[in-house]
Order: sequence, then structure tokens, then C-alpha cells
Amino acid sequence: MKYEILKLLARNARLSSEEIGTMLDIAPEKVDAAIKELEHDGLLRGYKALVDWDKLDGAYVSAIIELNVVPKAGLGFEEVAKKIMSYREVESVYLMSGVYDLNVVVKGKTLQDIAWFVARELSTIDSVTSTTTHFVMRRYKEMDVELVSSDEDDRGQLWI
Amino acid sequence: MIDYSKILNPVVTAMKPSGIRRFFDIANTMDGVISLGVGEPDFQTPWQIRKAGISSLEQGKTKYTSNTGLYQLLEEISNYMERKYSVTYSPKDEIMVTVGGSEAIDACIRAVVSPGDEVIIPQPSYVCYEPITQLAGGVPVIIDTKAEDDFKVTPQLLRSAITDKTKLLILPYPCNPTGAIMEREDIQALSDVLEDTNILVLSDEIYSELTFGTKPHAAVASVDGMWERTVTVNGFSKAFSMTGWRLGFVCAPKEILKQILKIHQYAIMCAPTTSQHAAIEALKSCDEDVKIMVNEYNMRRRLMVAGFNKIGLSCREPKGAFYAFPSIKSTGMTSEDFCEKLLYSKKVAVVPGTAFGNSGEGFIRVSYCYSTEHIKEALSRIEEFIKEI
Repeated sequence: MKYEILKLLARNARLSSEEIGTMLDIAPEKVDAAIKELEHDGLLRGYKALVDWDKLDGAYVSAIIELNVVPKAGLGFEEVAKKIMSYREVESVYLMSGVYDLNVVVKGKTLQDIAWFVARELSTIDSVTSTTTHFVMRRYKEMDVELVSSDEDDRGQLWI
Repeated sequence: MIDYSKILNPVVTAMKPSGIRRFFDIANTMDGVISLGVGEPDFQTPWQIRKAGISSLEQGKTKYTSNTGLYQLLEEISNYMERKYSVTYSPKDEIMVTVGGSEAIDACIRAVVSPGDEVIIPQPSYVCYEPITQLAGGVPVIIDTKAEDDFKVTPQLLRSAITDKTKLLILPYPCNPTGAIMEREDIQALSDVLEDTNILVLSDEIYSELTFGTKPHAAVASVDGMWERTVTVNGFSKAFSMTGWRLGFVCAPKEILKQILKIHQYAIMCAPTTSQHAAIEALKSCDEDVKIMVNEYNMRRRLMVAGFNKIGLSCREPKGAFYAFPSIKSTGMTSEDFCEKLLYSKKVAVVPGTAFGNSGEGFIRVSYCYSTEHIKEALSRIEEFIKEI
């Protein structure tokens, strides 16, 4: 049941407990209780809007920064990851397999903001040995939602 | 001057155009209309099915197939019917691939019905059975199923409609528009009535994958005493979201199938080759996709039924297909009137129950082939409408 609730909320966090209960055929009080538990256990970490920032000129640019890092004895990548994620410009931080170590998504109002941030902050961290910055040019799909498709219903109008 | 009225077939000119059509025509002239009218899935055909179609084109498989269809597909259909519904049909001479379930219905009725024969048609039901019967010179005998019987055909209803001219009984379950299903014991009761008669059954099971109860769909031919008198129609449109591929199939005892095949052979030759290649993939590897879609429909179904009951339009639980059939009797309006006023005042398009037979009066058909957001928006507009009248 919890997994079903998570799936529904991941798709649309604004569904009410009553709606979720109806859709899954369980009592809304049970949904409320399950959500409380999921929040308490840290599985449900937040409820945020999916904004298509590209529609608002000058409000948002982002870049994916690939970082190579020298891990610290006993701490691995934790220490540097924690430092990086504390910046408000940083949207997400992932430890990667493959040719580089940390994948950092950085947001800003202009390309310049991001360039400065990488140059002044990320690349000056001691254990960071190199950075590669990829600016995002267009977002086609974000969190399962297609941002560029039209909502038009192309089903034919049949006599059925 | 040519006089068309003297040329055209009077049976055809007397046919009423579908009642659904009129509402689409009005809706088309308006902006901002949201519809609950569409009777086809909103899901894309699963990618591996599309890929199989594309790959067959790349390999140049663009010739006719045999009249009955690709043998590999016939074998897959045979497996599928056995695996899902426990009915046995031989791929050699008891299965034929058709252009949608529609062609199968047409060919079956034409193969069975002679002028003057009576065809028992339960209503409210899909709109094609009556006109096709009339085209074949048959006489439609309508039986009106009732909300209090969950829109099932009861043995009493069936008995009251049988005469010595009865040739064919149509069983359109799971039912468009009512969402009704026939359980195994319901079919068994009809089987008992039909025992010792020469009446055939055309079972239109195009929605067989879309049932929402705890029991799986009961295929009519799987019920004791029914196999020998049943023509089963099914297809890929609803279950696999393949409406535009136009692919269905018909299963029947070989003596019947042989005759249906002749009509298909002369009228159609064979079903589209690309679609047949895609359909093999659908039957082989898409059980999981179907499960996901059915689960999604089920959630929308519950949302919709609860929504209508909350608004005060009483709605029985539809156990199959992807429609709900709420009653609008509490408003005192006719179905047509309700739909027209709802469309003009709140820009929501739904279909009057009367489009599916006179016994649909007092009901509307709403489809849940839409996203939950779309359904919620439509419900909230309908609620406003009910409050204002």
C-alpha cells in the first residue's frame, strides 16, 4: 500500500488523502497515517512544484558539473560532498560510477553566475582536481513530465 | 437528373446516424471544451509492439498474408485464449484475424443471419449490432437490461425474447456503455435457457482484459454448453491500446468459421500485415504493460465513480470496460437535454445514454480514458452544473 501511495504522490503531490484513498480503495485515514509514517521514516522528503523555468526569461539557467575529487582516507567522498551540497546554488549532488566522481547540478540566473560559482567555489576546494561544466540548453523532460509536448488530444472522434 | 432517393438502399438511408456524433459536432464549434466522450485508450501502444511493426516494415514484410492471418499470430491467439480464458480454439481452422473487432461482428452476423431471422440484442449497448443486423435483412429484437440487474441479461429477459425465428443472441460484455460484466454463473444461467435450441451466440469480448473484480473475465465459450454455439470476437484495440492498428480476431467452431472466412475473403482479403506482426509481439510479451494500464484504469474508475456519487448522480460500480454510466434521473432532465445543457453551460462533453438504445434514457456515458487531472476537472465542472440547476 505504501509503495502505491508513493507512486501516486511522486506523480502528483497535490492529490488529497481522500483522492488517494478512493483511487486505491483504502480509507483516507489510513492514507494519512501511511503518509505520516513515510515522512517520519524519511521516504517522503518533500512536496515541490515542477516549474518550467524556461518559460520565464532570465530566471533560471542550470549546468551539470563533473568533478574529479581525491577521496579522503576514512571519509571517502562524504566530506567533500557535504561541503558542496551546502551551497544554495547546488541543486543536486550525486556520486557517480565511471570516469568522474561527483555530478553536481548548479543553478543560477545567468550563465555568468554559474561560471563564477564554479571558478570561485567548486574548483578552489582542495580535494577537487578538475571540473567540467555542461550548460543545459533545453529541458525536454523533467521528473517524468514532458515539458515540450503539446497536450492536444489527437484521438479521432469516432461514433463509438 | 439522377434521383438518389431511388438508388440508395432504403435500409441504409433509414439508418440513424450515431447519437454520439451530434455531440462531437456541437463540441467542435466551441472553445475550451473538455470531453469525457472518447471511447479509446489514452495510452500509447507499448513501444515493443510499435517496434515490432516498424521492424516488419524494415524487413519489407508488406505483402498480403493468408486470408485467415499469419499462422504465427493464429498460434499466439490460440495460446492466449487458452492461457487467459481457458477456451480451446485450433489455429488451423477455428481462428481468423480481422480488421478490428468490428469486421468480425459484421462478418459473423452476415454469415449467420438470413432475411427474417431474429437477432436478440441487449441494450444499452454498443451501437453497431442493430444496423448490421438490419443490413443482413435480420430483425433486431431488443431486450432492455436494467440498472437493478446491473445491466445483465437475465434468463427471464432472454426467455421472453426467444421465438422460433431467433437465430442469434448478442452478448456484449464487458459492456460499452454500462461497464456491466456477466459472471460465470450469469452465463451458465443463459446456457441453461439456450440448451436444446438452435440459437447461436455472438460474444463481443473486446473489453475482456479490462475487468476490475477479483474474478477474471469469464469467456462465454468457456461456460458449459456454450462453446459449440458461440462465436467469440476479441481484438487488440482496447487491451493493448492499439485502436489505430485496426486488428481483431474471431474464434468459432470450424463449421461457422468456414462461412465467416468466405465473407472476409471477398470483402477484406486479409487484415493489415504490419499490424499482424505487431500483434504477435503484443501477445508474446506485453502482459506486464496490460497490467499497468488496467491498474491505471482501475484507479481512475474509482475516482470517477466516487466523484459522481458525491455530486449526487448515483453511479453503480462499473466492473468492466472503461466507462461509467451514472444516472441523471435525479435532475429530472432527459439524457439528451442534460448533455446539451452541460455542454453549453460548462463545456463538458459526455454522451447521452440514449445513444446506446432507448433503455439508456436517464443515464450518461462517461469514459475514464483520461488523466486523473482531466477527470477531476470534468467532475468539478459537472458538480457546478448540478448546483446551478
